[in-house]
Amino acid sequence: MKKKDLRIYKHPILGDMPEKKKIYIYFNEKKLTAYEGEMIAAVLYANGIRKLRKTERFKKPRGIFCAIGRCTDCVMTVDGIPNVRTCITPVKNGMKIEFQVGLGKWKKKIW
Amino acid sequence: MEEKDLVIIGGGPAGLCSAISARKKGIDVLIIDENLRPGGQLFKQIHRFFGSKEHMAGVRGFIIGEKLLKEVKELGVEVWLNSIAYGIFKDKIIGVIKDGKNTHIKAKSIIISTGATENPLSFPNWTLPGVMGAGACQTMINIHRVLPGKKVLMIGSGNVGLIVSYQLLQAGAEVVGIVEIMPKIGGYLVHAAKIKRFGVPIYLSTTILEGVGKDEIKGAVICPVDENFKPIIKRKKYIDVDLICIAVGLTPLNELLYQAGCLFTYKGYLGGLVALHNENMETTVENIFVAGDCSGIEEASTAMEEGKLAGIAASEKIRNKKWEEEKEEIRKHLNDFRIGTFGEKRKLSKEEIIKEYYERIKT
Amino acid sequence: MKELKLDEKTYFNKISFPSFERIKKGPVAIIECIEDIPCNPCETICKFGAIKVGFPITNLPILDEEKCTGCGRCVPVCPGLAIFVLDYNFNEKDCLLTIPYEFLPLPEEDEKVKCLDRDGKFVCDGKIIKVIPPERNAMTAIISFAFPKKYYNKIRSFKR
Ligand SMILES: Cc1cc2nc3c(=O)[nH]c(=O)nc-3n(C[C@H](O)[C@H](O)[C@H](O)COP(=O)(O)OP(=O)(O)OC[C@H]3O[C@@H](n4cnc5c(N)ncnc54)[C@H](O)[C@@H]3O)c2cc1C
Ligand code: SF4
Ligand code: SF4
Ligand code: FES
Repeated sequence: MKKKDLRIYKHPILGDMPEKKKIYIYFNEKKLTAYEGEMIAAVLYANGIRKLRKTERFKKPRGIFCAIGRCTDCVMTVDGIPNVRTCITPVKNGMKIEFQVGLGKWKKKIW
Repeated sequence: MEEKDLVIIGGGPAGLCSAISARKKGIDVLIIDENLRPGGQLFKQIHRFFGSKEHMAGVRGFIIGEKLLKEVKELGVEVWLNSIAYGIFKDKIIGVIKDGKNTHIKAKSIIISTGATENPLSFPNWTLPGVMGAGACQTMINIHRVLPGKKVLMIGSGNVGLIVSYQLLQAGAEVVGIVEIMPKIGGYLVHAAKIKRFGVPIYLSTTILEGVGKDEIKGAVICPVDENFKPIIKRKKYIDVDLICIAVGLTPLNELLYQAGCLFTYKGYLGGLVALHNENMETTVENIFVAGDCSGIEEASTAMEEGKLAGIAASEKIRNKKWEEEKEEIRKHLNDFRIGTFGEKRKLSKEEIIKEYYERIKT
Repeated sequence: MKELKLDEKTYFNKISFPSFERIKKGPVAIIECIEDIPCNPCETICKFGAIKVGFPITNLPILDEEKCTGCGRCVPVCPGLAIFVLDYNFNEKDCLLTIPYEFLPLPEEDEKVKCLDRDGKFVCDGKIIKVIPPERNAMTAIISFAFPKKYYNKIRSFKR
């Protein structure tokens, strides 16, 4: 795992990546390794997945643009809830992340 | 509804410093920040800052951030994280989404220190995955520690573009080049020299024509421009890149100030529309103060001093006391920072803002 | 496409470059900082008072070549990474250049490297002589490498 993904394990200024608890998330059906505290979009990018959704009308792909929760380019369906900004949402063990088309569909009732 | 003496919106260097200085005056302070950790831009800045000894010169940005957080903690400042202030209503009631839930809080005094947003740049395919702001890229590599691409084209040679390029090299990426539409670089030569000497080309009088790719960025077309900034199409060139970073400036993030009814003015050297304020950082709405990048794009060093100034000035009003000498000292520091090619223009703009404040507050 | 070019001419007459007489005498600082940056840690750190910035701090740093001992303390503190120490008399053939270095992996002592000019272009082969690890200077490593004397004012970095 370590060598293949795009995480920066060693850094000249920030030092080695601190040890964090390993967990698993699912992108569509695919199981991915994540570390506690990581943001969803960061885990996807670390695995080379940069296409996070498609727009409603023109079906254009989108990925991370601002990385601070402002632009909403990175929204995906997370555990059945659409339009979650994945660049600022931390992963949880067993989380199900889905590629989103347009405004997405509610798969879970929260109220 | 909960009530606070002083609510600070935005916990970057400006907000943290205003909290520290107000808390030291015995004021009951609350910081509201949308992130999971305060510190604003500071934690992305892993390079050493310019400055003088009194202002932590040569210290890396994130180390300064850690020092401020420690102080805030020791002083017992209350901090709401994961909390977005979405509105300022009548009687200084602030609407906040805290941990996903709506809540309100009332303040005697408010300091707005929300920082800035990155300017976008549109070109064909700029919406594809693989195009991002330089600040976004910095967040990815220095905070999340993930490389968003391996071969990078940077657009813009201001200090942000130069520094993020250097940090991309440190993170292990290849920076294929920097394009700059002007005939000379926008940032400091020392920042350019430290990437040039590792072989990163800086193309002057050159722009990006388009990003190339179907589902994500696979390349870019760059092209020289003539004196009128028109691309000389026949000299365009394709380059292989998987990440295009946009570093074409920042704009003050000031919606909340606008909503609160503050008067604005346009200052190009400070990044666009900025709220008028007086020498105490107070806006045209009484007891609403402003500090840091949202009052004009400058630097962490000035953001911290403006924050202190606003913090003390707000405390004066709450406590009905005067700390004129302390404020004068801070103003002196601010002037010390606002020198040199970049600083001088910002200093003049700031002076104009204060002048216009007094002209327009009368009417 | 027009490129930004950096070479010895970029700094010629703009910095207080040590005289050749001084360079021949032994290690000395070379400060390539030619813009009015509000900055002065180089001045503060020098125990020998060899660098003067003064007031306002946007003044260019000026080197007093007689006071400079080439101790290298100013190298890691410069936020512009713009200070180098040159020891022209390292040995018969080679001079020794000391630079700040903030990348991984660090080179090893005795390793052969490719010496680069200010534009990152290959000039000649060289050898790493000394590596001061980053932990000693708030994560800036200090690397000294040797290369033929004639390139003393050309080479400013290396690659492995
Ligand atoms: C690449 C780069 C290099 C830099 N290098 C230097 C340097 O060498 N030296 C230097 O002095 N400066 C440097 N700076 C500039 C410095 O980082 C900024 O000027 C400084 O961080 C501004 O501080 P601030 O507190 O005003 O804003 P910020 O640091 O942006 O903080 C604002 C905070 O407010 C939060 N916020 C915004 N809106 C809301 C809301 N509605 N509700 C809740 N929270 C909100 C934001 O999320 C953020 O955390 C650099 C900047 C960049 C991008
Ligand atoms: S090398 Fe040593 S003596 Fe010379 S300027 Fe630098 S700190 Fe001073
Ligand atoms: S420390 Fe470096 S950047 Fe700062 S004034 Fe001295 S030489 Fe210039
Ligand atoms: S990338 Fe902009 S909100 Fe996530």
